[in-house]
Amino acid sequence: MTEAIKRPRRKDPQKRTVLPTLPPTSRSRRALGFTAAAAEGRFVLQKCDDCEAVTYPPREACPKCLSMNLNWRDMPEGGQLIAETTIQTSTNVYFRERTPWRVGTIALDVGIPVLAHIHGDVVEGGRVRMIARTDKSGQGVLMALPEQETANMTDDKQLRELTCDPKIRRILITDGRTQLGQAMAQAVSSAGAATVFVGIAETWRPFKGADSLAAIPNVEVMALDVTDTVSVNELASEIGGKVDILINTAEHVRAGGAMDRDGIVTARDEMEVNYFGPLRLIQAFGPGMRFRGADGVNSACAWVNLLSVYALSNWPAYGSTSASQAAAYSLSQCLRGEFHGSGVKVLNALFGPLEEDWRQHLPPPKVTSEGLAKAVVAALQQGLEELTVGAVAEDFLTRWKQDPRVLERELTQPEGA
Amino acid sequence: MAQRGRAQRQAYDGVVAAVPVTIPYQRYSPEPAHWWIARALGDLVGTAGITPQDIDGFCVSSFTLFPDTAVGLTQHLGLTPRWLDHIPMGGASGVVSLRRAARAVQCGDADMVACVSGDANHVDSFRRMLSSFSRFAQDASYPYGSGGPNASFALMTDQYMKTYGATREDFGKICVAQRDNALAFPHALMKKPLSLEQYVSARPISDPIALFDCVMPCAGAEAFLVMSEDAAKDLGLPAVRVLSTIERHNAFPDDPIQIRGGWEMDRDEFWAMAGIAPEDVDLLETYDDYPVISMMQFEDLGFCKKGEAVDFVRGHDLTNGGSFPHNTSGGQLSVGQAGAAGGYLGLVEALRQVTGAALGGQVKDAKTAVVSGFGMINYDRGLCSGAAALAGPGA
Repeated sequence: MTEAIKRPRRKDPQKRTVLPTLPPTSRSRRALGFTAAAAEGRFVLQKCDDCEAVTYPPREACPKCLSMNLNWRDMPEGGQLIAETTIQTSTNVYFRERTPWRVGTIALDVGIPVLAHIHGDVVEGGRVRMIARTDKSGQGVLMALPEQETANMTDDKQLRELTCDPKIRRILITDGRTQLGQAMAQAVSSAGAATVFVGIAETWRPFKGADSLAAIPNVEVMALDVTDTVSVNELASEIGGKVDILINTAEHVRAGGAMDRDGIVTARDEMEVNYFGPLRLIQAFGPGMRFRGADGVNSACAWVNLLSVYALSNWPAYGSTSASQAAAYSLSQCLRGEFHGSGVKVLNALFGPLEEDWRQHLPPPKVTSEGLAKAVVAALQQGLEELTVGAVAEDFLTRWKQDPRVLERELTQPEGA
Repeated sequence: MAQRGRAQRQAYDGVVAAVPVTIPYQRYSPEPAHWWIARALGDLVGTAGITPQDIDGFCVSSFTLFPDTAVGLTQHLGLTPRWLDHIPMGGASGVVSLRRAARAVQCGDADMVACVSGDANHVDSFRRMLSSFSRFAQDASYPYGSGGPNASFALMTDQYMKTYGATREDFGKICVAQRDNALAFPHALMKKPLSLEQYVSARPISDPIALFDCVMPCAGAEAFLVMSEDAAKDLGLPAVRVLSTIERHNAFPDDPIQIRGGWEMDRDEFWAMAGIAPEDVDLLETYDDYPVISMMQFEDLGFCKKGEAVDFVRGHDLTNGGSFPHNTSGGQLSVGQAGAAGGYLGLVEALRQVTGAALGGQVKDAKTAVVSGFGMINYDRGLCSGAAALAGPGA
């Protein structure tokens, strides 16, 4: 049975911070198909479109019929542990620091064996449920979990290396003035966060929900204006060393494209919040988080960007906002590259139209703040890096994956979106 | 598709292996693979009483030659061979090199083939080699704990123990017997006796594997010559005839875990070609990077039935003076694993034993030996297997 993790004692500032080390990072290009799916929490294996054979490790051709038509397909999760070992000594520094480490051979229900990390509660010879996740190196790996939920299951040492569970961690939510920011504070608090720092710009200005926000357990309201470099830096100097998860809830959304607007004042506001905001946050909080990627059970572990799905392809009705979101999305990819090696994951949550004032005139289905907040917390608990929230965003992403050029044509026609 | 009838293979008539050479192993050495291979080649030439120019066939196995291959070595070492091969098969290298070279000599493609394996072992080479061993290892095994072959063999051992009831003590008996053999072998890196108690209580490495189940990576080289029987006679060299050989790769790919090796596919033909039976063999050299794989070789080569290696081990004394001399120099478990040279160790030792020229404990009246090879844990199992039956002058 997994032992429940406890909040560590206050860190001794004179003690050395354990530096992040990584499990092996190298993969073939073909294997990145597995990693990309794992980042979404999907367990895929290559399947031959000609003879239906399922194959692993990643190959260039089918070992049963030599077909080149191997494609990544979602797989059933079931299997059985048929052999196991607990590694007590490893040549890799990351594992060396974390031994004993349990791995084993799983006979998958689809008929092939795979090597996987094994959860501590899986019994010898027992049934398992497979998950695919990215590890600290950002590469996809397989882990076998007990088929049935067990006590404190998410606290398993090996599983927690793959997840970004808010439990006992300290979270910064960058804008608590909105319904979304408040819902997010409530969700991470409920998920067991040790501290929920909530940023409020211009603290003297009253806002709706202020009292209920302050009443959420473990919430600490902090002055933070993402459009003000001094404000961002001041907060970072105060709490930068103890932010384990940063969730950027600040956004500035206005309808309208480029040609039908007069001047660039609104566009500048959009960029100030949607692009320069995260850029300021990255510069102020990024280095501290990168340094603390292996800092114990409450290490820094995740940076969450909430992005409109129109970041992927412009919707002219919100054309200028879409452009700023596209800039933010591009920045998130840069951030993922810069966090590599630290063990801090970048979670991009792409959402469709939100149920809030600035999108009031849009038709349903819309995403509620609570729904988005819950989805983000669940994604952190699972250790995902890619999340799509709401029917509109899911449909959009499907079309984008099928053919981004076709989607662009659809969006730029009068009936677009 | 109908199975095509396989013609009886031609025997290796008139071909012999000679001049077993071992360059004493070192745990760590700053010297590169080229250095080790050059020394072995020099020993071959010197012992045989020939010149480097007489070598017109060259066969190399090494993990650490990068960026060179056998090709670069010809210029590096001043050879001008008319037949060249590079065998990247790890623990199966020795047997496979022998059978390739034997055919080359038999068919006249070369007259004098030098088969050499050697590897460097710098302080960090083992870790580096593991992390880039194969594409499947890189994509699908190294990221899972980076246990290397220890973890792969731990899974095989776990499965084998569950399936056939083998115990730690059974594996220990193999290791302890080999250590006993090694105490007489001058080149063995392990110099201290090993008791079963020490084996059982050793530091765990990757359960159920513990310290004395594992080989020690080191630097070293092994080599031999392949030539015609007449050439050996002219040079006055004790020579060993090749009765039979087999090799097989990626056997039984649908077994979920490796519980048998490719020998099982080919052993009937192996014994038929050799014209002898398992009970005619005076000594067996298995590839022993872990004791479980030696047990599988006992079974899959036909020394006992599948699943009965446990009883076979319990029923025999595996030391050089015992009822079933096995890994007579101490094997890799006690001599050390010098990379690809580990795939030559048993073969080179067998050449000495059947010519009565053992450096350590000589098996009494040894005339016939079987050597088997096993190599390359590409992902979850060893892909290459091979075996050779050898006959000394007295056979």
